[in-house]
Amino acid sequence: MEQLQFTQVGETMYHEKLDNGLNVFVFPKSEFQKGYAFFAANYGGMDMRFCLDGEWHNTPAGVAHYLEHKMFDTEEGNALQDLAANGASPNAFTSNAITGYYFDSTEKFEENLRILLSFVSVPWFTQESVDKERGIIGQEIGMIEDDPHWKGFMNLMEAMYKHHPIRVSVAGSVESIAKITPETLYACHKAFYNPANMVLCVAGPVDPEHICEVAREILPKQAGPIAAKDYGEKEQHQVVRSFIEEQMEVSAPIFHLGYKGDALVNGEARLRQELVGHLALEVLLGNSSPLYAKLYREGLINQEFSYGYESDPGCAFLVANGESKDPEAVRQMVAEEAARIGREGVNPGLWERVKKGVYGNKVRGLNSFENLCVGQAQAFFAGHDFLRFAELFGSITKEEAEELIAGWVMEERTALSVVRAKEEGTP
Amino acid sequence: MSQVSRRELFPGVWLRTVHTNKFKSSYLSVTLLAPLDQKTAGANALIPSVLRRGTAVHPDMESLSAALDELYGGAIEPAVRKKGETQCVGFAASFLDDAYAMKGENILEPAAELLGELLLKPYTEDGHFCPDYTASEKANLIDRIRAQINDKRTYATQRLTQEMCRYEAFGVDKLGDEEHVSAITPERLWERYQALLREAGVEIYYCGSAEPDRVAQALTRALDRLPVNESRTAPGCDVRVTAGPEPIVAEETMDVSQGKLALGFRTGGQSCWEADFPALYLCTAVFGGTTLSKLFMNVREKLSLCYYASAVLERMKGLVLVSSGIEFDKYQTAKDEILAQLEAVKRGEIEPWELEGSRRTLIGACMSTLDDQSRQEDFWLGQAAAGLEESPEEFAARLEQVTREQVAAAAQKLELDTIYFLKGKEA
Repeated sequence: MEQLQFTQVGETMYHEKLDNGLNVFVFPKSEFQKGYAFFAANYGGMDMRFCLDGEWHNTPAGVAHYLEHKMFDTEEGNALQDLAANGASPNAFTSNAITGYYFDSTEKFEENLRILLSFVSVPWFTQESVDKERGIIGQEIGMIEDDPHWKGFMNLMEAMYKHHPIRVSVAGSVESIAKITPETLYACHKAFYNPANMVLCVAGPVDPEHICEVAREILPKQAGPIAAKDYGEKEQHQVVRSFIEEQMEVSAPIFHLGYKGDALVNGEARLRQELVGHLALEVLLGNSSPLYAKLYREGLINQEFSYGYESDPGCAFLVANGESKDPEAVRQMVAEEAARIGREGVNPGLWERVKKGVYGNKVRGLNSFENLCVGQAQAFFAGHDFLRFAELFGSITKEEAEELIAGWVMEERTALSVVRAKEEGTP
Repeated sequence: MSQVSRRELFPGVWLRTVHTNKFKSSYLSVTLLAPLDQKTAGANALIPSVLRRGTAVHPDMESLSAALDELYGGAIEPAVRKKGETQCVGFAASFLDDAYAMKGENILEPAAELLGELLLKPYTEDGHFCPDYTASEKANLIDRIRAQINDKRTYATQRLTQEMCRYEAFGVDKLGDEEHVSAITPERLWERYQALLREAGVEIYYCGSAEPDRVAQALTRALDRLPVNESRTAPGCDVRVTAGPEPIVAEETMDVSQGKLALGFRTGGQSCWEADFPALYLCTAVFGGTTLSKLFMNVREKLSLCYYASAVLERMKGLVLVSSGIEFDKYQTAKDEILAQLEAVKRGEIEPWELEGSRRTLIGACMSTLDDQSRQEDFWLGQAAAGLEESPEEFAARLEQVTREQVAAAAQKLELDTIYFLKGKEA
């Protein structure tokens, strides 16, 4: 196995690409009691249109998530219960770009790993079980659609993007999932759940070679073809609409403020942009920035304020969200602060401090096996290694952050989404 | 492997260190142990939040935030907990471990100093806490107390203990009550703070790569302003052996759609200090502590009498608390069935898979405590409050030895003391 050292953060990562195309990453942690395994497909909510064996497929919104729900069914019963009986805590999630299945356990790790690899690679769907799930997922969709934070974020995506499937909810809608059949699920499983399109990341008191042996034994021997994905026309720099509003049951207006960025192709440049984007947000409006203190003092934001850099294939953006009595004023003040930074540059003392803070938080985050394994899976699909951030970090300059702010935080790239309380008398 | 040690820094001021290289962060906490008392609980709970607003050196949130960034994005948060009849108030902090600082600088010493500063050098006006910080944190605390009613599941258990321990300190909530908090003034809070610093037992915890001697030195320096008091002690806990002749029944009506039924049992004097405690612990798990338990498998899954049903053990006070969510008209059936399940445990009707499944789950949870700094800190704080030295590994080893007969014997001592029922308005 290939062995990669990340001395700065005290990590060793073992890597092997098996004959069936599966990439296995292992972080041996002999001092820990618990083992964690994450098995993921490079397939998420936004991969609705794809080409397999020369044929294009257009699948309904929500298929990847529906598939995730149904994968736990096995011919013998349900894998969740098998894992729970072994003292393991299993779960799964679907994001825009990936679907991941995982568990952790302090005992019977190998047996649990076999169960995980097996239920994810062997589909078992019947008309009856697929129909039964429709009601459960329908309720889940109903629940998230009532969530004003989720609604505000989805509205922001619609305001920012014209074609990109990030505009579409990962879970789909009640209408879109009505079209899902066992055949749809089998077709998507075949297109994306083959070892060459997946990764296995494991952390814990384990032997890396042994993990590979188990994977070789359980998983298909051959790599399948990888489906080509289509996200539609390339996006313009400009947002579609600069403002979008919705009325819901909220006690204070909720806002999402987005800045549309330039999406990069896969590779280490994506990691660099992520770090620069993160630091740019910190100096522009982060917890220890002058603007944050001002917004807080003037009562324009409260403790609910948060912010982040997001990127998926074909899109990248900055987003800040929170509660505010005057979201428009927040947008205005961020724009003014970005202009000031453009004129005066970022304060060097603030830059150094923020860099230390962000670095320390990222390294502390490595205590979490979940963070390490999910992070590496996502990074691998994006064309880099998760732990490379530590080496790159030192070389990032203040000028890069200033440049990103100047390039992205501009009027034509800004969209504001507001969820306001229902007015009296409106239905 | 990690090495755990404990030493007295000043009279009644104890430091526990867990020396280990397995984490990226070091964890540091300082906790004041005071007797839980209706009159002081609210003020004690308020103190760490007011202290966190500013110090003599860093008078506001901005300068504290900048100081934390300098320490690689460290976090120091107010912590208020209840262990038996002890109210534990203080700060819990997480910092980048020295081994990962970018320039090899020490983080432990300045972090300890900042922690000591927050506890002992508050920002003051006219010789007491500043009215502004006191007022806004009072409002936050009252919001938190009022918000307890939002989560009906937790609320029902809280009301159960309140009714059950009406004449015992255990009936007091860790946050105190609204009436007492509303009456707090900056002057009175200052007096309480001085009394707490003078009288409370002090428990300090460190987990990280630094040698225990270095940790002791850093904390001795950071806490040297703590008043010297030879008679500092940690409070005790009163264990009632038997329930009353008839269970107390308390009912409450609210606008809810789901009823909550909570049952409180006395353990017949069994508590964490007794030799047969592991049997009581496993007994609670078999009865209602896991997804393999009698309450979950029978009352919830098989009979569908409850939306949820579980039991927890209050190990210092010697209480077993059952919590369930039911239809209003299922009160009698659900109560009878919960008691019938307990009778089955008393008769020793426990299948091998029930006993072993529960044992594996408990041991897994126990051992994985060692993989998580904050859970480990909470475990050791509980041990300190109880005056115990047993480690998670030692406790897990004792759990391995418990037999079915011992579990049944532990159950036989349980006596129903109080019933709390929360029902809907139209019921």
